[in-house]
Amino acid sequence: MTSSNTYDAIIIGGGHNGLVAAAYLACADKKVVVLERRHIVGGAAVTEEIFPGYKFTEFSYVVSLLRPEIIRDLELPKHGLKILPLPSTFTPMENGDYLAAWDDHDLTRREIYRHSPKDAEAYDEYARVMARAAKAIKPIINLIPPDPSSLHPRDLFNLLKVGQYAASLSEKELYTIAKLATQSSADLLEEWFETDALKGTKAASGIIGTFLGPRSPGTAYVLLHHYMGEIDGAFRAWGFAKGGSGGVSGAIANAARSLGVEIRVNSSVKQVKVKGGRAVGVVLENGDELDSKVVMSAADPKRTFLQFVEPKYFPDEFVTSIQNFRVRGSSGKVNIALSELPRFTALDEPALYRGAVSISPSIDYIERAYDDAKYGQISKRPYLDMIFPSMIDPDMAPPGQHVLSCFVQYAPYDIEGGWDDAKRNQLGEAVISTIEQYAPNIRECIVGMQVISPKDIEAIAGITGGNIFHGELLLHQIFFLRPVPQWADFRTPLKGYYFGASGAHPGGGVMGAAGMLAAKEMLKDGF
Amino acid sequence: MYNPRQSRKFPTMLNLNLKTTPFHERTSALCQPQNWRKWAGYFVVGSYEHVLDREYWAIRNSAALIDVSPLIKYIIKGKDAAALLHRVTTRDIYKMKVGQVAYTGWCDDEGKMIDDGTVSRLEEQTFRLTAAEPNLRWLTMNAIGMEVEITEVTDEVAALSFQGPNTRKVLNLVCEKPVDELKYFRLMENKIKGANVTISRTGYTGDLGYEIWMDNKDALTIWDALMEAGADYGITPVGILAMDMARVEAGLFMLDVDYTSTTHAWIESQKSSPFELGLDWTVALDKQGYFVGRRALEKEKREGSVWKLMGLEVNWDGMERIYKSVGLPPQIPGMAVRGSLPIMVGNVQVGYASTSSWSPLLKKYIALAHLQRPYYEIGTDVRMEITVEHHRQHAPAKVVKLPFYEPEWKKK
Repeated sequence: MTSSNTYDAIIIGGGHNGLVAAAYLACADKKVVVLERRHIVGGAAVTEEIFPGYKFTEFSYVVSLLRPEIIRDLELPKHGLKILPLPSTFTPMENGDYLAAWDDHDLTRREIYRHSPKDAEAYDEYARVMARAAKAIKPIINLIPPDPSSLHPRDLFNLLKVGQYAASLSEKELYTIAKLATQSSADLLEEWFETDALKGTKAASGIIGTFLGPRSPGTAYVLLHHYMGEIDGAFRAWGFAKGGSGGVSGAIANAARSLGVEIRVNSSVKQVKVKGGRAVGVVLENGDELDSKVVMSAADPKRTFLQFVEPKYFPDEFVTSIQNFRVRGSSGKVNIALSELPRFTALDEPALYRGAVSISPSIDYIERAYDDAKYGQISKRPYLDMIFPSMIDPDMAPPGQHVLSCFVQYAPYDIEGGWDDAKRNQLGEAVISTIEQYAPNIRECIVGMQVISPKDIEAIAGITGGNIFHGELLLHQIFFLRPVPQWADFRTPLKGYYFGASGAHPGGGVMGAAGMLAAKEMLKDGF
Repeated sequence: MYNPRQSRKFPTMLNLNLKTTPFHERTSALCQPQNWRKWAGYFVVGSYEHVLDREYWAIRNSAALIDVSPLIKYIIKGKDAAALLHRVTTRDIYKMKVGQVAYTGWCDDEGKMIDDGTVSRLEEQTFRLTAAEPNLRWLTMNAIGMEVEITEVTDEVAALSFQGPNTRKVLNLVCEKPVDELKYFRLMENKIKGANVTISRTGYTGDLGYEIWMDNKDALTIWDALMEAGADYGITPVGILAMDMARVEAGLFMLDVDYTSTTHAWIESQKSSPFELGLDWTVALDKQGYFVGRRALEKEKREGSVWKLMGLEVNWDGMERIYKSVGLPPQIPGMAVRGSLPIMVGNVQVGYASTSSWSPLLKKYIALAHLQRPYYEIGTDVRMEITVEHHRQHAPAKVVKLPFYEPEWKKK
């Protein structure tokens, strides 16, 4: 063992949260190393050239919740971060018509008006109610979840802050939040709208990353979670990072390196070393050992607590809770290299390619897609959220060529018969034939295609279960319950071992909040 | 190959253009500075000329022709049409006669303003409601169980605001029936070049003026007829920027500029009641039955309002002194400014001006000011923020009643 293998802190996993945590610790003059299993950093926020010249933002593909303070604190723009606008959503309909939401309020109103004058107005009010609820709930993101049953002064203090905050909400806001917390997104949307394509498209954001359908209770909250990115209004909500999600990780990695963080790729961690009831380092798969005062895992909760550390160091109840943590992957990703853009029969309009294209013609359509998944099948007609990254950032594909990123749900992790190439082809075919209904020339445009199943998300990005949020955003898995009750403050029952990833509060998305908050808690404890 | 990066391959991006009004063929040919403004999803002319003066003076001295087609319009029809409007607005709709127009605001249950506009009783059971923002949802919610049909006709009904002291003469030249007998806030059916029009004696300038409502298909015919007949009377196409100056002089406020609708407000303090906006005269607390916001408004009436919209006249000499101290003559923009300016008494902020404007007629710097009790009393001395050579200063000003300007011919 040499001193070069001795650190103040070891971060397991070079995803965006691991990198953020490392950078924050380095800001406090700690000697930090990030250990990444793969040959590139980024985790599920990576961009790779699977076909030469075509860059795929392989897993995650949009950014909305990346904390602005992280961008400021780590000076990410200096390190290459640019979040480009994603201004519209286009939903082609089964009857050949379409529904679009443009970035201009009046244009959008007029477009919805075409389908339903009532919805055109409800849309405004709905947006405001949701924005208000999101505004009301957003401060929670930056709070350290207290353990409500604990008498520890820190928990009491944080609980007081939550209490003060709840008391500051108006009665109306509280009711709205209570309703959002318990309703299904279908119930919520049916209170507001009558246009199927509008309800379908809105409902879709309530199921992303969950193994639930739009009629399952609790999905209204997920819908709100997605609204958080939209309340900053002028600060631009949903966006596409220059270079894809790998552009975000790259910028954070550059920032971390410039702060002195050492990043080691091809360094898979086998186990966390424990001595005297404390985490004191790690052993790599290749046998190398690294020592440190503290260790933070930015992997998913299952690997963090069931694989890296022997269960004997944790209370039984804790282990059981982690075992019960729901990480059912429900979505896949199909990335396509295109020789040209497919043409949508519903609308000949270049602006639509600069935004999202959503295949979500109705709530029933999505619920039917869920029905297939419930019984272990790939949705015959899946929900798709597509963007054309090369239309937003021209450097994503060779001149004149394009890339298409399709998020596809449902593709269950536990598929009947297990995932293999045949199943992967089936998923790819389900996506292409779905797009074909609205853009018949899609097949002629395809140069190459990468199909990613939840099993592949697990194998490549290392997320157990292949859930994009490292664990579903269900009400029983958020805030002081994430990942398990009493351990939502980034600490773990093992001293010196911390947890700061999407499976911790406040949850998934390319947000970076878990990494930042975990680092701050680690620094508070001192090491 | 289909590649939108090469935009020339796309004919146009029609889907993303704003709508144009039925007068666009005429207005676009006349709009010299290409000064277009967005209004409720339409393009309208901001100003037709490079300088606003002539357009402003047409309102005050001759005849201004203003395209106000984007105004949101509803036809409310049926047995319970009056009952619905009586319930939603603060006016006593049951007292309205056919042919009468009433300006009104409407509130939420807490008595805070949602929007404002005019109600016209076209027939016994037919009303037209104008609004700044879409209100169909609100109207529908309040119409539950009522026998009433609400139709938005914004896109079907073109509207011209014809404002200024010569407008009556011009209308008499083109209309089948003379408009001499048409009283303030009354309307009549009429014909211009054979086309049916409704003419109401209303406007947004505080001058003698009319609003002409017509079918889209007749829009150009009527525009041409007015322009031809008005040529000898100084008829001038006028954009909404000059109208903005006139409406401040007239003490008329604007949604989203001078107050925030409860449906838009993020926080309670952004909301306003009709009393706070000086609309006491439109709140008929003596009217029969329930109306939305009644209880809250009765309470506010009893207890008095914390805020009030008042006029503010900046003391010219005082302002001149501040400018003079840096060696400058007074400099204020020659148009209405929609920006919030703090109003102070001593070192305490007691309110804010939401729109301020130079009044070319009064030769005064005036503002619509929201003031806290007790500073809203007429004659109170306050100071309004001005920026002089990049430094924040406070010019002396006096609280006055609204409107700043009301010519005798407005209502005559």
